[in-house]
Parts: sequence; C-alpha cells; structure tokens
Amino acid sequence: MEIWNRHFECMDRDGIRHVQSERLRETVERVYFNVPYYRNRMQEAGLGPESFHSIDDLSKLPFTTKQDLRDNYPFGLFAVPMSEIVRVHASSGTTGKPTVVGYTRSDIATWSEVMARTLTCAGANRNDFIQIAYGYGLFTGGLGLHYGGEKIGASVIPISGGNTSRQIQLMHDFGSTVLACTPSYALYLAEAIAESGIKRDDLKLRVGVFGAEPWTENMRREIEDKLRIKAIDIYGLSEVIGPGVASECLVQEGLHINEDHFYPEIIDPETLQVLPSGSRGELVFTTITKEGLPLIRYRTRDLTRLTYDKCRCGRTLVRMEKCLGRSDDMLIIRGVNLFPSQVESVLLEMSEIKPHYLLIVDRINNLDTLELKVEVDEAFFQDKISQLEELRQKLQNNLENSLGLGIKVTLVEPKVIERSEGKSKRVIDKRKY
Amino acid sequence: MIIHQLSVFLENKSGRLTEVLEVLGEENIRITALSVADTTEFGILRLIVSDPEKAREILKRNNFTVNLTEVISVMAPSEAKHYAKVLRILSDLDISVEYTYAFSEGAKSIIILRCSNTENAIQALKNHEIELLKASDLYKI
Ligand SMILES: [Zn+2]
Repeated sequence: MEIWNRHFECMDRDGIRHVQSERLRETVERVYFNVPYYRNRMQEAGLGPESFHSIDDLSKLPFTTKQDLRDNYPFGLFAVPMSEIVRVHASSGTTGKPTVVGYTRSDIATWSEVMARTLTCAGANRNDFIQIAYGYGLFTGGLGLHYGGEKIGASVIPISGGNTSRQIQLMHDFGSTVLACTPSYALYLAEAIAESGIKRDDLKLRVGVFGAEPWTENMRREIEDKLRIKAIDIYGLSEVIGPGVASECLVQEGLHINEDHFYPEIIDPETLQVLPSGSRGELVFTTITKEGLPLIRYRTRDLTRLTYDKCRCGRTLVRMEKCLGRSDDMLIIRGVNLFPSQVESVLLEMSEIKPHYLLIVDRINNLDTLELKVEVDEAFFQDKISQLEELRQKLQNNLENSLGLGIKVTLVEPKVIERSEGKSKRVIDKRKY
Repeated sequence: MIIHQLSVFLENKSGRLTEVLEVLGEENIRITALSVADTTEFGILRLIVSDPEKAREILKRNNFTVNLTEVISVMAPSEAKHYAKVLRILSDLDISVEYTYAFSEGAKSIIILRCSNTENAIQALKNHEIELLKASDLYKI
C-alpha cells in the first residue's frame, strides 16, 4: 500500500508529539497577536503565549464553537490580513448565518497535501480517473477533492454534483476508477446505473471516497455490493479545512487523522473534560498549521473515539472510529437518544424496502411522535394488501426491537423521498420547544 | 386465458389516481376495468388495460411502483347465482380467491378473479363449461 507522506504518516508517537507541541506554540502565538477574539479570551483566563510549552498545555485554552464563528461573521476570526486570503468557502447554516472560512496560499497547499494523503489512503494514484461528484462552489467537497486529485497526478473529472445520467455516461466513456461523492448519492447512483442498462463489467470503477454525512457499516456494505467497489469513509469539516481531516485506509479500521495539522481531543460534551484515551465522546480539533482561520479547540459535535495503535497499513497516525452521527443530529424521543443512522441500519437489513427514508418528529399532546416514511422495493411489491401490511408490521417490530422506540411506519411510493446530491435531509423535526 | 392485470402501489393522498389515469391517457391506453383496494394509509390500484406491458413501462417511467399480476376473467349472466357458482367451483377444489371484482356488459357480467393457483382455476372452470375470456377479448371491450 502506498503512503503519500511516509515521514509524517508513519512517525512514532514521540516524534509526532514533538511536532504537535512545536506547531501549537506557533499557533497560540499567531492567534494571540492577530485575533482579538482569542487574545481577549486568553487574557481573561490569565494566559499568554508564554504559558504554552507542549501539546499538553492545550487543555488550558477555552473551546471554540460554531456560534463563535457566527458571532464573528464573516471574517472576524481570520488571523491574516484579507490581502493574504486567496480563497473563501462557506457552509450554509440551517439556522442563521453561514459559516465562513478563509485560506491563505499556504493553507491551500496544506489542504492539497492532506487530500493527497486521503486519496493515496484509498489506493488512488496518478493512473486513476477521479470523478468528483461532490458539489463545487462554496461547499468545500468538490474543490478539496479536486486539489488532492491533481496533487497525486490523477486525471480529475470535475463533473460536480447532479445530472445523474451524465455521471453514468462519463463514468462509462471516460473509464472513471475513483468516485467521490456523498454516500447517499453513491447509493442513488448505484440504483441509477442498474436501471440504465449499462453493464457493471463495462465500468472501471474500483473505489469510492465518501463523506460529508454520517453513514453506517450496513450502508457501506450496500454500496460495496451494488457498485462492486471498495467504499472508503473520508471525514472533514469546512471549519477545520474541509475534506482531508481524516480518512480510512484500505484496512478500513478507523480513519487516520492528519494529526500533524489537526490535533484531536475527545471530551465529555456535558462536563467539557478531556476523556481518557479510548473513551467515546465529542471530537474537538485544534488546527496547528492553518494561517487564514486557525481554530482553537473547535467543538465538532461529532461523537467518536480514538485509537493510537499502529495500523496494519503501516501508518501511525491516530485513528478515529467511523462517526455514527453528530450530537446535533441526535434526536431525543421520549427520553431515548436516537441517531438517524441507526434507523438506516435497520432498513438496510430488510431487502423488501429501499434505504430511502424520512423521519418526521412531532409532539402531539406533549408526547413525542415519530413517523418513518420509507419506500417499498419494486421487486418485492405484489398486489396484496396483506403482504404490504405484514411488511409494515415487520419493519415496525424490527425498529422497536433494535431501537427501543415505537415508530409509526408509512409506506410511500418510490422517489417520493428526495434523493440528495449533497447532504440528504432525513429528518423533519416539527417540535416546538 | 391468463390476463395480465396492472397493480399499482398508491399512497392515500388525493390526486394520485388522477395522475395514473392522466399519464396512461396521454399515451392512449384504454381501460377495461378498474378497482381500488385500500387501507387508511395506502392502496393498490388494479387495472385491466389495452396494452399492459406498455402501460407498465409508462407508469414505471413516471415513478410508480407497478407490477403485472396474473388474473382470469369469466363471462356469466348477471344474476348473482352465476357469480356464486363460479366461486363455489373454485372453493370446492380448495382454490382460494384472493380477490375478485366485476362489471356488467349488457345482460352479462364480466368477473375478474385472482386465484391462489391460476392454472388449476382455469382448468376447473373449463371443466364446468364456464365461459372464460381471453386477454384479447377483454382488451376489446
Ligand atoms: Zn491504516
């Protein structure tokens, strides 16, 4: 297995800690002198640049949240003059203002580097054709993959999201070997390819790099079976840099975090205390090389745990477990925690239905209600009411057994549930708090 | 003697039946018989049409879940006793009728039957000299 940057990706723990400590000191100094917001918060805590000697001192610093980015909208947390910024991206906020991120020329180089590692991790190289079906534009997905693809010398097909029939045609005609998109779009494409009449053997697709939304192991198996590819989970968030923060290797046992650039911690989201190694909790990142928008202890809301053992692929970079979901996505229904991805997992175990679903949460007479709309697979549909009723009942029972929650199941016609080309909307919460 | 009936999965929301008929209408599909079975949440629309294969393609293209189901069709005088006789012949042979519907054509009734065993049902009805309709007869009505 190829490794893009053996020096950093296979460094021993002492070495990497040394690099991280050095880079943290530089980062703290940079934000103290260039970002009034951070300087004020450090002064309030009685801290100065001299308070930081090693990476262990990081926990002295307060956290940064998405709200802090919004409060300083659009450029308030940038650490360089705007003349140094060569690129701006923004993520559309579901509530309020978008989150804006800025990159210097050196940040773009860092991003290209970590994306080159990501693609190499997935087994891609200069001989590959990479079809980038992530959206280009303000969203970081498209351009992030693009720069990484060019950096490794692959042939990049910047098709962007959408236009499924053209995706399939170019995949066939150009012989794309690597597909980059969201996992839900990969599933959608798999269905569309099956319907298109194009034979799988006429496609050269070998591997997919999928991210930007949480997905389960079941969904991975489904994609791998249907597309007959290796499905690699990639992780990132635009505030930290975009895709390229972490990536699975072909061993598929956790995602390697590029910790020489993004230092991870796991905290208890309630007490905000750093948890011992191996605990599950909220992932927090400190960027230790970024210039445009350095972030100190940024709370991702993603729940995971870290493993520091050396991976079978040879990399020593710390690995994070595949994210089940963001703590933001977690629903609390009648006191029970529920991630949409858990529902998806139950659906994928039943061949009679398609894993396209919509969860509708409401509160009626002070009681939370949960409805699941799901599509019936055409191959299963006969014309008996009793058969559909049994299916509905079976699904309702399976959900109750594995989630411990009563969910009302409604069968819907195909394609009623919107197929997403970016992140899919799977939950509608109508509750008013 | 086997008739291909279209079965369409429908959510119980207003306008869906109309949409089915409209898309079929645009391509000049003729409907001989129609029946809806429903629960509070969803329904199954059953249709005998002039060109079932083509109609199925049209509906698929328009994102409906659709299947072809084998049914048989019998022509009998409209009096209830004749309908009863048909059902009796089948039940005596333990052939169950999953559903049936009928419409009249002059003094006669045309009965559509979905049976647990289509081949056996056809043979039994033939043995009792019940008039079975061919697909081509039915699509012409
Ligand atoms: Zn590995």
